[in-house]
Amino acid sequence: MRTTAIWSAAAAVLAFCAIGLSANAQDASEKEIERYREMISDPMSNPGYLAVDRGEALWSEARGTKNVSLEKCDLGLGAGKLEGAFAKLPRYFADADKVMDLEQRLLWCMQNLQGLDTKDVIARRFSGPGRASDMEDLVAFIANKSNGMKIDIPVAHAKEQEMLAVGEALFYRRGGVNDFSCATCHADEGKRIRLQGLPNFSKPGKPAQETMGGWPTYRVSQGALRTMQHRLWDCFRQQRWPVPEYGSDAITALTVFLQKQASAGELNVPSIKR
Amino acid sequence: MKRSLTLAALVLVAGSWMTAATAQTAVKAPDPALVDRYMKSTFGKAPPEWQARIEPDETLKACNAYHNNVPSAEADKIVARELARVVYPADGKFLGNWKEGAKIANNGRGGQFSDPPDTVSGGNCYACHQMEQKEVSFGTLGPSLTNYGKDRKFDPEEIKNAYTKVYNSQAVLACSNMPRFGVNKVLSEQQIKDIVAFLFDPESPINK
Repeated sequence: MRTTAIWSAAAAVLAFCAIGLSANAQDASEKEIERYREMISDPMSNPGYLAVDRGEALWSEARGTKNVSLEKCDLGLGAGKLEGAFAKLPRYFADADKVMDLEQRLLWCMQNLQGLDTKDVIARRFSGPGRASDMEDLVAFIANKSNGMKIDIPVAHAKEQEMLAVGEALFYRRGGVNDFSCATCHADEGKRIRLQGLPNFSKPGKPAQETMGGWPTYRVSQGALRTMQHRLWDCFRQQRWPVPEYGSDAITALTVFLQKQASAGELNVPSIKR
Repeated sequence: MKRSLTLAALVLVAGSWMTAATAQTAVKAPDPALVDRYMKSTFGKAPPEWQARIEPDETLKACNAYHNNVPSAEADKIVARELARVVYPADGKFLGNWKEGAKIANNGRGGQFSDPPDTVSGGNCYACHQMEQKEVSFGTLGPSLTNYGKDRKFDPEEIKNAYTKVYNSQAVLACSNMPRFGVNKVLSEQQIKDIVAFLFDPESPINK
């Protein structure tokens, strides 16, 4: 029922776009899109919360050669402590001697705590029709436990500082057949690609806070819960760069940079976006 | 004189896309070898020709180091270097078919790892520019190009400038955000001629 309402609203937005001609009409269509966003942003009708429930079950399910759950996994605040952990990720983990985002950390816990062969988990890193993703579900569940909290990643450790510096350099690094970097689209205020607004990540502030405070998100257009790993994978696709390796260092470095720009932004996840 | 005025206007417009940073000093950057290690860990499994695409040339190295806000001496070097890379049509004609150009401007396919390898790339101009009036779904990363030819009185010199800009944006403005469509072989000579016709043909909806 609600889905029908959402789709007729989407159709209304499209119809509205089609008849708009002047700059005025364009402002109006942007407002209409904003109204659509507010309308779908309802936890009671957000399918992302199904992923949260699936993630909760996965978190406590005994798996791997050691047949234990993930409940002893340390996400940075102590073994099994979930509340607020996501707001402080990525961060340095001494046991792995590495800065990790949530997905890298979960893979590490699966391998080291559960003795789980993660090949299949990685193959299903992004869900598709008829193919659930453990990672998307776990991220939805864990990130949700930081709701209402402020993004506050640590940059005290030398390796965290290195990640931040490299992340900034990567943000401005141009390449691919179109010479695009992240900064090509995300270093100015109030710009758009077609009708899609582009948050400015070149400086700390509200656009970065609101964006990063809304990931992971349920993408209506993809019918799936998506994580920042997927968002950056898709950015590199659109940037005409090669396929980035899942859970690899450049992705985490960029995430550190983006989270830093989004410092003090409030988390409300999973959100729901077009 | 007229040309330098036009160039100045172009620079002004383009300059306003950039960040407000005014200190034209190279940004304190991590050791390039360190950045390369990160790049390898993330893109190292891609086919060699794909990895070659993200290896910055001299021009991009300078743009990266200054976050695109290069000092004027560096900018002059870039423009001279990139201008030398522009290949003008052997037949001396810059105008193709505007109807084809309209399609190319609206086509955002090509160059993505999700595209089939034989995909013909479009220019995807509407992603960043307003062009013909009736298209309301246009981006704002670049300036509006509505009435482009009419505003320039269909001047042949301007037609050549537009070909140069589309072929190699950095031959006109150092570290422009715009792709170097001809240099990077995203668009063919014929496609660029068609786009220039879309901008300049009096019959093109851009000028209506």
